[in-house]
Amino acid sequence: MTWTLVLVLAAIAFGFKVMGAVVIGQRTMPMVLERCLLLIPAALLTGLITKDTFTNGQALTLDARALGLAVAVVATWRRLPFIVVIVLGVGSTALLRTLA
Amino acid sequence: MDHGPNQRSVAARTVRVALVMAVAFVVFGASFGVLAVGAGASVAQACAMSLLVFTGASQMSAVSVIASGGSVASALGGATLLAARNAVYGLALAPEVRGGPLRRAIGAQWVIDETTALVTSEADPASRRTVFWTAAPILYAAWNLGTLLGALAGGAIDPHRFGLDAAFPVMFTAMLAPHLRTRAGRRAALFGGITTVALAPFIPVGLPILVAAFGMLFGLSADGGES
Repeated sequence: MTWTLVLVLAAIAFGFKVMGAVVIGQRTMPMVLERCLLLIPAALLTGLITKDTFTNGQALTLDARALGLAVAVVATWRRLPFIVVIVLGVGSTALLRTLA
Repeated sequence: MDHGPNQRSVAARTVRVALVMAVAFVVFGASFGVLAVGAGASVAQACAMSLLVFTGASQMSAVSVIASGGSVASALGGATLLAARNAVYGLALAPEVRGGPLRRAIGAQWVIDETTALVTSEADPASRRTVFWTAAPILYAAWNLGTLLGALAGGAIDPHRFGLDAAFPVMFTAMLAPHLRTRAGRRAALFGGITTVALAPFIPVGLPILVAAFGMLFGLSADGGES
């Protein structure tokens, strides 16, 4: 581990953030692009959910996280409060692992 | 920022949500700290990484490459791919990251998965700003506190055992709900969820989630887009 890695990665990561949030994002954009941007979170959030639940690096996995996700989907659909969704999702994953 | 009574209640609600998320951030920050020190980083280097890089997936990936004997260049490769999605998030959060140069620099640093998810689940611009500037410092503090604790303690907590690796997908699920109200949102979500898993085995880690962003085009084609 070197300071070079820390500092170069810091510059790259910050560069991406500034590029999106300041350099490109703060110009006025055509309407159609604005509508596109509104849909980014829907696409990326579901991507993050399936990635964090069903993959491990490049390997596809099906483990206790899938139960946690299923419980969270039902809890969210039932409009339970945020904290309850988290506790139920994480708790069911931990429970399944303990029992298994 | 205008602080009407309404915004005060938005801030209070955001603090409660962010504190719940902060628990997960402290634990994962700590597991990053443990991994970093295990990979040969000093406590200062581990903390500097969390302060300056502040994007968990990139940090984890860089450290795990170094830990398994990879070069700095290969550590940077994967970490860069994982950091790239923050540019896309930045586009969505640009209205919240306005202000003087310092404010823009700090705001940009706080553009990550979780802040994007929180902010974009709000509809009105004032609430979005309040949510961003309330939640982001809490999550930033939690991530850095966790890193420091983990780097100092080394080992001890196993997030896996307590099901905490499920915390992020579970959180994102709760935050996704408002985006599924429109047909375009549902189509974009479907595209994002399927492509990420379908591509995972075939392209380098970090790329599938970028491809998922193209779900916005798929969503738009649904009906020319609606609010």
